[in-house]
Amino acid sequence: MTALRAPRPRGGLDRKIARKGWLFILPAVLLILALSFYPMVEAFLLSLQKGSGNQLTYGGLSNYQRLPKDNTYVTALGNTFFYLIVQVPVMLALALILAVMLNDSKLMGRGIYRTLIFLPCATSLVSCSMIFLQLFSNNGLLNSLFLRWGWVSEPIPFLTNAVYARLVIVITMLWRWTGYNMVFYLAGLQNIDHQIYEAARIDGASAIQQFTKITVPLLRPIILFTTVLSTNGTLQLFDEVRIMTAGGPGIGTATLSWHIYRTTFESVPRFGYAAAMAFTIFLMVAALAFIQMKVGERK
Amino acid sequence: MTRKLRLKPLRVLKHLFLIAVSFLSAFPFYWMLSSATNDTADIILGRILPGSHLLVNWANLTGAGKIGTAFFNSVRNAVVLTFLSLFISSMAGYGFVIFRDKWKNKVMGVLMLSMMIPPAATLIPMFRMFSQLGLINTLAGFMLPSIATVFLIFMFRQATQSFPYEIVQAARIDGLGEFNIFLRMFVPIMRPTYAAAAIVTFMNAWNSYLWPLVILQSPDQLTLPIYAGSFRGGYVLDYGLIMLVVTISTIPMLVIFFTLQRSFVVGILGSVK
Repeated sequence: MTALRAPRPRGGLDRKIARKGWLFILPAVLLILALSFYPMVEAFLLSLQKGSGNQLTYGGLSNYQRLPKDNTYVTALGNTFFYLIVQVPVMLALALILAVMLNDSKLMGRGIYRTLIFLPCATSLVSCSMIFLQLFSNNGLLNSLFLRWGWVSEPIPFLTNAVYARLVIVITMLWRWTGYNMVFYLAGLQNIDHQIYEAARIDGASAIQQFTKITVPLLRPIILFTTVLSTNGTLQLFDEVRIMTAGGPGIGTATLSWHIYRTTFESVPRFGYAAAMAFTIFLMVAALAFIQMKVGERK
Repeated sequence: MTRKLRLKPLRVLKHLFLIAVSFLSAFPFYWMLSSATNDTADIILGRILPGSHLLVNWANLTGAGKIGTAFFNSVRNAVVLTFLSLFISSMAGYGFVIFRDKWKNKVMGVLMLSMMIPPAATLIPMFRMFSQLGLINTLAGFMLPSIATVFLIFMFRQATQSFPYEIVQAARIDGLGEFNIFLRMFVPIMRPTYAAAAIVTFMNAWNSYLWPLVILQSPDQLTLPIYAGSFRGGYVLDYGLIMLVVTISTIPMLVIFFTLQRSFVVGILGSVK
C-alpha cells in the first residue's frame, strides 16, 4: 500500500530542504508544547501550592495529603472506577460481538444495522445526556409508560437513587459509545483474511473457538487501543454527570472531573487543591495505559 | 441439508438481537424529534407520537432570544477552528514525512506523549493562563487548545506516507517552492483525508462542552451545548422546548452523518493503523 517513502536527506541541497521542513512542523509543535506540556508542568507546580483564589503559597505535598481525607474526593474516585469497571468491559464486549455479527457479508440488512448502531455517535454528550435525562426522570418516558401499564405504582427513582443513577449514567455511555467502538473492530475485522476462518472451519473449529482463537488474538492491537481510549475518556467523565445528575443525589454520582470543576469554578477557587486532584487523574491515566500496554503486548 | 436447518434458529436469534440493539440505538433520536413537536404536558404523560406543538415550542424558544446567538456562535467556532486546525495539523503531518529526518522523528515521538495528558488535568492552569492573557470570552481562547492535535497530525502523517514522493520531486524541479508544493499539490490530492479530518474536527468543536463552559462565560458567547445544558437546573423542565434545542444542535451532525457517512467513519478511525 505505502508508496515511495520520502528518502533520508543526503547531501547539501537536501539538508537545506530538510531545514525548511521545520517551518511546516513548528507551529503545531509550539502549540502543543505551550498548551499541553507546559500546562501539565504548571498543574504539578500548582498542586504544590495552597490557599484560595490567587493567594497561593507553596505547601509541599499538603494538598496530596488532604486527598484521602476529602470525602467527596474519595467518593468521586470510587464512582469513577465504578464507571470504568462496569462500563468499559461491557461496552467493548458488546461492540466486539456486534462487529463480528455485522462482519458477515451474507447477513441481510447489514448496512441498516450498522448505520443504526453507529448513529448515536452523531449526538453530542450534552444532547444525549439531555435525552436520557428526560427518558429516566421521575416524570420521564420510562416512568410514565411503567405507570400507565401498571408495572409500578410510583415512579422509579432512576436519577434520585445513587445506585440507579450510576447505572443510568453507564447506560447513557453505553448508548453513546458502543457503536463508536464497533467501527474500530469492524475495520480491524476487514483486515483479517477469510481464508484463516475457512482453514479453521475445515479443521473443525467451532464458531466460539474461531472467535477466541482467531478473532480476538488478531484484533488484540485494536482492542488495546479502544481500551486505552475508553479508559482515558471514562477517567475524565464530566458532561453526563453534570447534566443528568449534577453529581447527585448528594455526591452519589460525582466523578473526579466534576469535583475538580466544582472546586475550581463553583465556589471560592482552590486552584492548588484542584490541581492536585487533576494531577492524580494524569497519574491514573498514565498508569492504566502503561498496564494495559504491558498486558496487551504480552504474547 | 441438516446443517442449514440447524443454523436457522440461530440466525433468527441473531436478527432479533440486532433488531433490538438497532431499536435501542435509534429510539432516543425518534423520541427527541417527536418530543420537539409535543407539548410538555403531553410528553410527561408519555405521548410517543409526534404532535402539533412544534410551532409553539419554536415561538417559546425564539422568544427566549438566545437560540440565534448560540447557533451562530457554534457555527462560527466550529468552522473557524476546523479551518485553522486542518491547516496547522496537516502541514505538520506533511512535514514529518516529506522532510523526514532523525530529529523530526524524535519530535514526533515526544508529541505522541501529549496524548497521555488528559484535558481535565490541564484545565486549571489553562484557565489561569488564558485569563492572564485576556483570552476569556474570545474565539481565540476557545480555539487555541485544539488547533494542533496529535490525533490530526498523526492522521495526516499516515496519509502522507501514501502520497507519491515523485510529485514533490517533480514540482521541485519545476521550481515550485516548498509551501506551494504543499498547498497546490498535496492539499487537492488529499481531499478525502481532509474531508474526514474536517468532519471529526468540526464534530468535536460543535459538541465540546467543558472547555467552552470554562472559557466562554459571557451570554454573547453562548454555544448550543452550553445552552442545551443550561436547562437542567429548574424544577419543572419544559421538555418540548429542551428537545427542540437538542434537535437543533443534533440535526447538523445527523445531516453530516447521513450524507458523508464514509468520511465520518474514516475520520473516526483516523489515526489507527
